[in-house]
Amino acid sequence: MSTRLATGGRLVNRGAQIEFSFNGKRLQGFLGDTLASALLANGQVLVGRSFKYHRPRGIVASGPEEPNALVNLGEAGRFEPNQRATTTELFAGLSARSQNHWPSLEFDIGALNSYAARVLPAGFYYKTFIHPRPFWKHVFEPIIRHSAGLGAAPKDRDADRYEHFYVHVDVLIVGGGVAGLQAALKAGAEGKRVLLIEQTAAWGGRAPVDGGDIDGTMAEDWVNATLQTLGNMSNVTLRPRCMGAGVYDHGYVLAYEHVSDHTPGTDAPRHRLWRIRAGHVVTATGAIERPLSFAGNDVPGVMLAAAVRDYVVNFGVSPGDRTVVVTNNDDAYRTAIILHQAGLSVPCIVDARPQADGELAMQAKALGIRVATGTGIAAVRGGKRVTGVALCRQAGEGATTEEIACDVVAMSGGWSPVVHLWSHCGGKLVWDEARACFRPDPDRPPRGADGEAFVSVTGAANGDFALGEILPDARVEEPSEMPLLPVWMMPQGAGIAKRAKMWLDFQNDVKVSDVQLAAREGYESVEHTKRYTTLGMATDQGKLSNINGLAVLSHALNAPIPQVGTTTFRPPYTPISMGAIAGEARGDIFQPVRRTPIHDWHEDNGAAFEPVGQWRRPYCFPRGQESQAEAVAREITATRNSLGLLDASTLGKILVKGPDAGRFMDMLYTNMMSSLKPGRCRYGLMCNENGFLMDDGVVARLDEDMFLVHTTTGGADHIHAHMEDWLQCEWWDWQVFTANVTEQWAQVAVVGPNARKVLQKLGGDLDLSAEALPFMGWAEGRIGDFDARVFRISFSGELSFEVAVPASRGRAFWEALHEAGAEFGATAYGTEALHVMRAEKGFIMIGDETDGTVIPQDLGLDWAISRKKEDYLGKRAQARAHMTDPARWKLVGLQTLDGSVLPDGSYALAPGHNANGQRNTQGRVTSTYHSPTLGYGIAMGLVLNGPERMGEVLSFNTVGDATVEARIVSPVFYDPEGEKQNV
Amino acid sequence: MLILTCPNCGLTADETELSPGGEAHLKRFGPGSEDIDFEGYLFHRANPKGVHFERWRHAYGCGKWFLAARDTATLEVYGTYPAQTTEPPAEIIARITARHPDWSPT
Repeated sequence: MSTRLATGGRLVNRGAQIEFSFNGKRLQGFLGDTLASALLANGQVLVGRSFKYHRPRGIVASGPEEPNALVNLGEAGRFEPNQRATTTELFAGLSARSQNHWPSLEFDIGALNSYAARVLPAGFYYKTFIHPRPFWKHVFEPIIRHSAGLGAAPKDRDADRYEHFYVHVDVLIVGGGVAGLQAALKAGAEGKRVLLIEQTAAWGGRAPVDGGDIDGTMAEDWVNATLQTLGNMSNVTLRPRCMGAGVYDHGYVLAYEHVSDHTPGTDAPRHRLWRIRAGHVVTATGAIERPLSFAGNDVPGVMLAAAVRDYVVNFGVSPGDRTVVVTNNDDAYRTAIILHQAGLSVPCIVDARPQADGELAMQAKALGIRVATGTGIAAVRGGKRVTGVALCRQAGEGATTEEIACDVVAMSGGWSPVVHLWSHCGGKLVWDEARACFRPDPDRPPRGADGEAFVSVTGAANGDFALGEILPDARVEEPSEMPLLPVWMMPQGAGIAKRAKMWLDFQNDVKVSDVQLAAREGYESVEHTKRYTTLGMATDQGKLSNINGLAVLSHALNAPIPQVGTTTFRPPYTPISMGAIAGEARGDIFQPVRRTPIHDWHEDNGAAFEPVGQWRRPYCFPRGQESQAEAVAREITATRNSLGLLDASTLGKILVKGPDAGRFMDMLYTNMMSSLKPGRCRYGLMCNENGFLMDDGVVARLDEDMFLVHTTTGGADHIHAHMEDWLQCEWWDWQVFTANVTEQWAQVAVVGPNARKVLQKLGGDLDLSAEALPFMGWAEGRIGDFDARVFRISFSGELSFEVAVPASRGRAFWEALHEAGAEFGATAYGTEALHVMRAEKGFIMIGDETDGTVIPQDLGLDWAISRKKEDYLGKRAQARAHMTDPARWKLVGLQTLDGSVLPDGSYALAPGHNANGQRNTQGRVTSTYHSPTLGYGIAMGLVLNGPERMGEVLSFNTVGDATVEARIVSPVFYDPEGEKQNV
Repeated sequence: MLILTCPNCGLTADETELSPGGEAHLKRFGPGSEDIDFEGYLFHRANPKGVHFERWRHAYGCGKWFLAARDTATLEVYGTYPAQTTEPPAEIIARITARHPDWSPT
């Protein structure tokens, strides 16, 4: 049994007992515990089940590398799956549940998979679920979906808040161990702005547990003194609970701070994402201990040697009464010594090396601890808990030489530097043969804008594990260590039965035999082997398993380890919350909403909004119990019969000014704009260099060298950018300025037979008669009290004036129109009525009739393409063979025979089937509406040879098997002569 | 996230302030050009692992386009310069060749 020791525990406050629950059971822990240490203190060794075989799983580690102890944490809005017990600080009321079992942790039906392990090897899914094909959808996928995933998905809205924090520093140091503190001391003394972050709540890294003396004081005292010195430096900032998540281009670093995870429910944000720009980054990220591969190394109670002593020293927790230490290095002897000093039993240190006579080994022997050299573990006894080990000769095949009863196995296969942050932005690694680890290659660092290294490494992260290597200028006393012996399999000659029980990846159930199978089946690349076996694809991303797996693969391939290489290290170092990524950008401020000057009126008058770019535009204004369709029909009828008002303020408005403005306009538009007279308007089309139609709108010539370009609502910003691109980068000697004045003006479309009357009723100095202001003319003056520009343009087919007033006057003007228009039944209409009316007139809409593959010629807009101009953007592309192909689908109107509305996006069917067994097509619907004016469904579409097939009836598909018949007609359904707009 | 210095306003800008515009120094082919030339202008882009010339716009700053010479593999920036030029300035070329003696503009 694991239990709390009577004394000890440097990180826990024994005076502050707190209650928490695990699987509904009420348990006690101390302030300063992690969930893992508190569970062990309560004798809870079994904490979860593995992913594939549902094997019992216990706590292995004491830090972020933990693969097993993952829990569903919290309730409702604070529920989160896959939280590592080893990094979760205990708080009062914490509630955790174990994962991946049914019906219970102790008794799990899924554990049957374990008995089938022999027929569930690496690549099982790839091999098995291919045939028969229909089985995938109806049998395999539902089963896999049911068993996929470890924790449960949260169902409630996240109750916490998150924030981003931006900071610039000269030096960022990641890792608050001795190496990081020393780096901070040095940079701080040089007067640099320093940020030092540490992922845990405690400073000092491994030194306080592992010991050693620095300048005559204990390492822990040195840590505390250094912290005090740093705290007094105003240029140094210290942040615990802050993990360096990722290193990116040019010194950009993301760090992830647990602000209030340990004090939930306070005002503070839960997590904070630090967005750091650092002149230089020092990674002092330490190292992670490697497991050893022996049969049964996954049984609960088999732990990393350093984790065992962490629980004793930091939390006053004994993982078990009798611990067998198994190692290939000197460091693990520290565990044996500490356990012995805590009054616990260490029946044997099993050392794979032929000799063990380093200082630590001598200390252990002096304490009376038995050391068995040249020895390995043949098997671990026990199911849900270790009960003993069988020993064997490391050099042999695993014949048992001896059985030892124990309840903990503390294993150490050496240490792997944490090279993740070094590698994120292109830093390369070298294989250090002597230390049997990958460490950063100083000759191939991540480089900054100046071409120089912007990341450096210090301490164990660099493979310098001893205090003396980290602090070369200090007086360090620590036991010297003998070299380790690389041991990738224990015993070295183990047969298949043992290899199939040697776990590499504890969470995903990848064993030595799986990696060897992958190699035999031809998976030579480490990246392929990873995906085939799922090695290192668990939530710990291979922190424990990768190097061991690589070594096994390299032996199977008979290639040296550095040649096999590593998989790619990608950020984040450990998982970060989605909330932290989103930061404040959620709910109303996820994206800023653009509001027209009249927006509040729309809200007050019950508008149903739709998003158009970043704007919200009224779709329609339903009254009372009216449906949206009824509202749209009413708005159209009122507009066609009397007077409609549309807030058109979102339309893009760009000024183009200068001596070369006309020349520039001729390049932008397909038609001739330089010939436009001041006081007149012209509709124009804009194409990109690919020849495709990108925007349309009305251009007004304000004076000889100034044009006002109207763009679509969504087009204003990118069309302005498009203009600037050509002016700055191609025709930079042309004298033209542009300005996007969209938000300077409120614009109202005053539409319908009574449009002129309501404007005249408002008064002012403008002559709005048909003679003074004819169709496609514009004028400037006063309407009532308002300075206004009036454009006589129509997107509805009715008599129409688009009136622009200064933005600040927009709401007042809108209300004045409603007041004056009351006698004409003035009706506000929304975007849907606008769309229906333009479709009734056969006017195209960018984004409906165009989709980035449509040229003006497809839409019958040849009249708007100048033949006189030598050049315009898109002209050359429109001469390409595919663009001049007569078989391009062209715009027509479509009228259903039964009066129904064609489904949007529906295809016109053609005889026969294509190679995929799908029906051939000969056209598609681009816009489709019910026309309240005409009383039936109208549509526009692109059809093969459409304009030559007037009157022909085509079949259109629907979501089901039925088809809808529609006749090809002119796209202009309403007032084809244009008599209504030209009065 | 890259840092580039806008040669127009002089600001050192984070990539989030900038919008990318693809390869620099393309020669425009218009009406009357050969299909092969036009195809090259419209579609063919260099994608080197190494020295590259790029268009950037200081979109959330001064709004001006500029050009950057950059190493796509090491992320080293050899310099930024105004967009109103058809070829990289001599000092940029000098900085590149100092780092890559065997490099030559193609």
